[in-house]
Amino acid sequence: MPKLLRGLRRAAGVVPFGVYVTLGLFAPMAAVAIGAFEDNNGNFTFSNVKAATHGIYLHGFWQSIVLSVLTSVIPGILGLMIAYALYTAKRGRVLRQVAITAAGVFANFGGVPLAFLFIATIGSSGLVSQWLTTLGFDPYAHGFTLYSLTGVVIVYLYFQIPLMVLVILPALEGLRPAWREAAENLGARTWDYWRHVGGPVLLPSFLGCVLLLFGSALSAYATTEALTNGTIPLTAIQIGSFLNGNVIAGQENIGKALGLGMVVIIAVAMLIYVVLQRRAAKWLR
Amino acid sequence: MAAIAQEAPEGIAPPRRQGIVFRGSTVWRWVVLLVATVYFLLPLWAALRFAGIGAFGSVVSESGFTSSLALSVRLAVITTLITIVLMLPTTVYVHLRLPKLRRLLEGITILPVVIPPVVLIVGVLAIAPGFIKATSLLLALEYVILAMPFAYRAIDAGLRALDLKTIVEASSSLGAGWVSTLWRVVLPNLRTALLSAVVLTVALVLGEFTMASLALFETFPVWIYVNSQTSGQVSVAASLLALFVTWLFLLAITMVGTRQSRKTGGREVTLFTVARQETRGD
Repeated sequence: MPKLLRGLRRAAGVVPFGVYVTLGLFAPMAAVAIGAFEDNNGNFTFSNVKAATHGIYLHGFWQSIVLSVLTSVIPGILGLMIAYALYTAKRGRVLRQVAITAAGVFANFGGVPLAFLFIATIGSSGLVSQWLTTLGFDPYAHGFTLYSLTGVVIVYLYFQIPLMVLVILPALEGLRPAWREAAENLGARTWDYWRHVGGPVLLPSFLGCVLLLFGSALSAYATTEALTNGTIPLTAIQIGSFLNGNVIAGQENIGKALGLGMVVIIAVAMLIYVVLQRRAAKWLR
Repeated sequence: MAAIAQEAPEGIAPPRRQGIVFRGSTVWRWVVLLVATVYFLLPLWAALRFAGIGAFGSVVSESGFTSSLALSVRLAVITTLITIVLMLPTTVYVHLRLPKLRRLLEGITILPVVIPPVVLIVGVLAIAPGFIKATSLLLALEYVILAMPFAYRAIDAGLRALDLKTIVEASSSLGAGWVSTLWRVVLPNLRTALLSAVVLTVALVLGEFTMASLALFETFPVWIYVNSQTSGQVSVAASLLALFVTWLFLLAITMVGTRQSRKTGGREVTLFTVARQETRGD
């Protein structure tokens, strides 16, 4: 009994944190999960989940997944290249600090301001569109529009690449310059170095960072809302419209079912990440 | 190494440093950085031209500007305080007394990154009692949750770079209590770690839109959105201004932090790395 008491006393130090997380994170998520299976009178029902997996909502999930995969893999690779360029820049302390703080700001940038930035740049009468038209190539005459999925991808890169740079830099610091020198002394070319040394060291963190980007893209709400005004149905925006009251009364719990769906997508993505990492560990042996 | 030997065809000398000069030359690096710079600066320039210089003058006098900015700054301060008061003692305690819980803590604190804020706010609005929902405290309380992943990781990295056990034992053998140890011994050693936790938290709060707009509070980002429908140019000017001011703020903090850290034998401070040289890569 005294042992148990002592154990309880030791655990006392984490109680405030535990209570906070329970109230602020776990309870709301439980409310979403339970609400997804309740009708307006609190009775058990599958109808919300059924509605959420059909028609426009199913389409929304699909579009969200496609967009998130595109905007996690592309900026993942580009961000890695930029981070590596920054990391290897010699005597680049000032450059690095300017770039990293800028990345910190851009990674949190989004919403209407970001949408405006790109409307002013590659909107139908934006600066770059005008330049291209003067050069004889009007992008809007060739089927391009900022308000399409392609357009949204280009805009998302603006905060996803900086996010990647921020989160992959610590991993890059684990690459010792001495390893590269050692590899070269043994006759390795650039490809050999990346295949046998750099890649294996980086791959697990790279996959983790891409997963983080996937989550970030999936939950992005403000930017798409401002840019497309709902012409591209994405799950995050559909959930928001339930809170804004833009739907028929009595269907609020469909929003919770959609929320549950998003959590399931993230969970599946994490599962894929774990499997990939296991595979990678095997491949790299 | 066997694989390398096989790749070189016999009789022909293996070409060292093939075609693309990816190393030894700085060309590719400058190409990458140049393209990135153009991609990130061109939209800013285009927006600047769209807004016009005149719009910057009228930002401050726009209705709602002061109140929304004040709300955002207040939220940033409250969030930062709660985050530090909650996360610092917890992380230190777990490092010292309950190291087995470290993985669990890591797992819990990563959750807010993967759970979409739009889903979280749905749940929060469903269960929060009315008296909290009525005040902006609701936002501050939830922003603490959103800031947790960054705050925890920064503090954790800072603690790993310390010989925490020794300094805490030294402190208590000199008669210091828990609070005194935390305040006078651990805290000064964690200055840079806390700095980066604060920076990330502030940047997050000042930029958060989803939760604030869905919970119907007019923070600065929400004001920009609402205002953009009536005066687009002023909104663009305001957001450019906010972007620039935040960036200068972050830059100043990291530069001061680096100077501090150099003095005490640490290294360059960036937003995510605060560990000392000898502890990384092991």
